[in-house]
Amino acid sequence: MAGRFDLPEPDAFTRTYWDAAAEGRLLIRRCRACGRAHHYPREFCPHCWSEDVAWEPASGRATLYTWSVVHRNDLPPFAERTPYVAAVVDLAEGPRMMTEVVGAAESPAGEPPAGELSAGAELEVAFREGIPVFRIVRSAIGG
Amino acid sequence: MVARRKVAVVGVALSDCGRVDDATPYALHAQAARRALADAGLDRSLVDGFASAGLGTLAPVEVAEYLGLRPTWVDSTSVGGSTWEVMAAHAADAITAGHARVVLLAYGSTARADVRAGRRTGTLSFGTRGPLQFEVPYGHTLIAKYAMAARRHMIEYGTTIEQLAEVAVQARANAALNPEAMFRTPVTVDEVLAGPMIADPFTKLHCCVRSDGGAAVLLAAEEYVRDCRTSPVWVLGSGEHVSHAAMSEWADFTVSPAAVSGRLAFERAGVRPDEMDFAEIYDAFTYMTLVTLEDLGFCGKGEGGAFVEKGRLRVGGGGLPVNTDGGGLSAQHPGMRGLFLLVEAVRQLRGEGGERQVRRGADGALPRLGVASGTGGWFCSSGTVVLGV
Repeated sequence: MAGRFDLPEPDAFTRTYWDAAAEGRLLIRRCRACGRAHHYPREFCPHCWSEDVAWEPASGRATLYTWSVVHRNDLPPFAERTPYVAAVVDLAEGPRMMTEVVGAAESPAGEPPAGELSAGAELEVAFREGIPVFRIVRSAIGG
Repeated sequence: MVARRKVAVVGVALSDCGRVDDATPYALHAQAARRALADAGLDRSLVDGFASAGLGTLAPVEVAEYLGLRPTWVDSTSVGGSTWEVMAAHAADAITAGHARVVLLAYGSTARADVRAGRRTGTLSFGTRGPLQFEVPYGHTLIAKYAMAARRHMIEYGTTIEQLAEVAVQARANAALNPEAMFRTPVTVDEVLAGPMIADPFTKLHCCVRSDGGAAVLLAAEEYVRDCRTSPVWVLGSGEHVSHAAMSEWADFTVSPAAVSGRLAFERAGVRPDEMDFAEIYDAFTYMTLVTLEDLGFCGKGEGGAFVEKGRLRVGGGGLPVNTDGGGLSAQHPGMRGLFLLVEAVRQLRGEGGERQVRRGADGALPRLGVASGTGGWFCSSGTVVLGV
């Protein structure tokens, strides 16, 4: 039970995704045959099974589909991170993504004020130690 | 048309459940299996099919060996809590096809004791490779996944946290009538809402208990039914469906895979949801009961909140009795509860419910039809079985 449970284990194919994330870029995969994007990345297109699929930089824009503020998680290091906002977001390019919504500018790792979390809230990608997370677009909340 | 070989549940049992500190999961499998055989009054030598999941590297081989069985038909379908509804369907098909005569389904887990003894963490880690690498950084606990689904239903349909709490309150009310339930003291909506927050909007009592326990179910071909000491409960129809593993692959968080498995099960059984006398629904969380009632067709999409109000899920509550034993929310939940749904459905159809026995109408007649619908993972899979007498 020692160690950390929040570290992704990249493989030869996904290394590209994580290397880009480490540089502050979110990548998605797009099929040249059917035109659809997907995430999480796969070697082929899960929609039409074409192998003509390429990496593409995502805009980093997304909207909030749903979320839960997690108060209990005994797997390290999440216990120290609670409360945090587990979220599912819809990327502007179409695919849905499991992620975390992180807090206000003055508290980048913290939980955003509960009132700011709402369905459809506009989000933009941010990066925490090479992991793509999302923050609420400030200009979108009440001007 | 040649008549299909009918299949009946002829034996059901629970092992010791609740707090069991001095037993292994193998022992709980064995205890439940022996009790189910004794319940049926069948000779063990007739058991030629065995199905189990969740224990052993070569499941179900280790458990079959532990039980001293050398089956000629096995299944280890492992789709989460709905596994045993799917297994029961597969077993019934095998019996109908003549590939097995008597099939034993068995389960046992010491989830509660394991956490207490430090043998596992409370939150499970499923790994960090493959598709999981894209979710491990974010701490989406199992409870959070269900909480996110509940929130989406609240957003789209205005379902309230009080309505969800009603599910927990009524599960506890049914558990109060069940001497085998782990928690039997009635609770109120206010008490559910005031509990410690786990993953919002779920406070503690929106989440199932963590218990130890096992269960076993014995299915037999119709020609063996007359040799049993129990009255048969017939498998009338079943359906299974697999949805997603990653939450990001789930198209609509307000529709569970029971929408498909339920439709298939009712179609194949040739009955309608409104003919059911009760429903046993996998309830690891309050939202599961609510959304599964919608998806099985007991009410329209988005109407689950109103459907669960006013005590309608209680035994004797005047509506549809749901989770008559108290469910995972109050009775027992050792990790994968699907087999417990079948045990309780069979007991109800046999009239063995005791204080919690479902009655039809004012004349006190016993139920004739019931449905057990299991959900696995985080709405990843579903198996629905329609049973009747």
